[in-house]
Amino acid sequence: MSDIDYGKITRDGLWKNNPALVQVLGMCPLLAVSGSVVNAMALGAATIGVLALSNIAVSLIRNSTTDAVRLPIFVMIIAAFTTCIEFLMNAFTHELYLILGIFIPLITTNCIVLGRAESFASKHSLPAAALDGFMMGAGFTAVLVALGAIRELIGTGGIFANMHLLFGDIALNWHLQLIPEYKGFLVAILPPGAFLVLGLLMALKNIIDAQQAAKAAARKQKVAAGSRRVRTTGAIS
Amino acid sequence: MQMIRQSVSRNSIVLAIFAVITTGLVVLTANLTREPIARAVEETLKKSLFDVMPRERLDNDLLNDQLMLDADKLLGTRTAKAAYLARLQGQPAGAILQVVAPEGYGGSINLLVGVDAEGVITGVRVIPPHFETPGLGDAIEVQKSDWIRDFDGKSLQNTPEPQWRVKKDGGEFDAFTGATITPRAVVDAVYKALQYFDAHKQVILNGNTSPLTPAHEETAHVGH
Repeated sequence: MSDIDYGKITRDGLWKNNPALVQVLGMCPLLAVSGSVVNAMALGAATIGVLALSNIAVSLIRNSTTDAVRLPIFVMIIAAFTTCIEFLMNAFTHELYLILGIFIPLITTNCIVLGRAESFASKHSLPAAALDGFMMGAGFTAVLVALGAIRELIGTGGIFANMHLLFGDIALNWHLQLIPEYKGFLVAILPPGAFLVLGLLMALKNIIDAQQAAKAAARKQKVAAGSRRVRTTGAIS
Repeated sequence: MQMIRQSVSRNSIVLAIFAVITTGLVVLTANLTREPIARAVEETLKKSLFDVMPRERLDNDLLNDQLMLDADKLLGTRTAKAAYLARLQGQPAGAILQVVAPEGYGGSINLLVGVDAEGVITGVRVIPPHFETPGLGDAIEVQKSDWIRDFDGKSLQNTPEPQWRVKKDGGEFDAFTGATITPRAVVDAVYKALQYFDAHKQVILNGNTSPLTPAHEETAHVGH
């Protein structure tokens, strides 16, 4: 526990143990709010904020709580940070706050947040816990935004609509209608589309993983074959 | 026994300390964001008010010229809601009503209906959030289609009762492909709002709330 592998924490959060694609946690907001890129980015940012802050707080207090009251305290911390972020979004990204509605307070019940607090932050030092919270949040957000982009593109033929809700007036003309005269493909926008696209993303990740594993195995075999030959010559130990 | 008591009191103290800290954090943020939130809410409301009542038709401060209307079947409201009065050089120029269409496909749809002094619609807009099907029923949003602008200029006088329906039901308003329930609900709600305005015109335009809502008299700011 003393030497923390920051690279591994990063890889785990973003890819190997991705909260959305591998742990399959936090499905409710993931499926409900991924209809467009702007919604996905906003909820993703809020989730990163809550995850990182709650991981930091939990790591800081990990030695001053008792087992009996650990969970209630974690939930209290998470709920407090979520409420703060809700206030901030209401104040500074008001229209977006209205669109995301119930899904902001629901971050409290997102299993990823309590899951990381309990399984990681409560056992690790501050920098590791902070990085884990940030990377898990980033992994979640990446999947959320990918889902949003794919669904928005298939559903409306364009991408980055309404980005000014998040980035202000400079984003007013970011909307790209990639396919003109697009009739729209309703399924992609509706919840079933979220399940379908998420399934495809998971499959894609598995394919990439399988290819990498095969490549790694091939490399290992080559080395093994080589080393045997070396041994037969008896040149190196 | 001694040990149990000790651990219980220790646990409750730890829990209490964290409850105080977290609550303090929330209270702090709430206080810091109170003004920006109030400003954002007002800004959003103002923007949508000017959407249904053109700026050049009024010169008063809409947000501070309101009166409470009791819950009414014709408005579809269940609680008293504010109506905003438009005045031009002190003369009543119209009003903006908050209306609920209860029969939407995904539940109630909140609407703002702007009406001029003669009972002619100056604009209708949906107040988010609504729960109509994305891609079908959400064409009632002005961002998605121009359908909601079809109400502009309509009144009880120039559009007789049978026309206040979607085309499918023999009226003159378009329905959307695959979604009839949503436009039907909106057309119905707007029609009823006009009836309400017609029945209570004098009271609303004079900003005199007493016959309607004696209880809310103090919230109405009548002509300065």
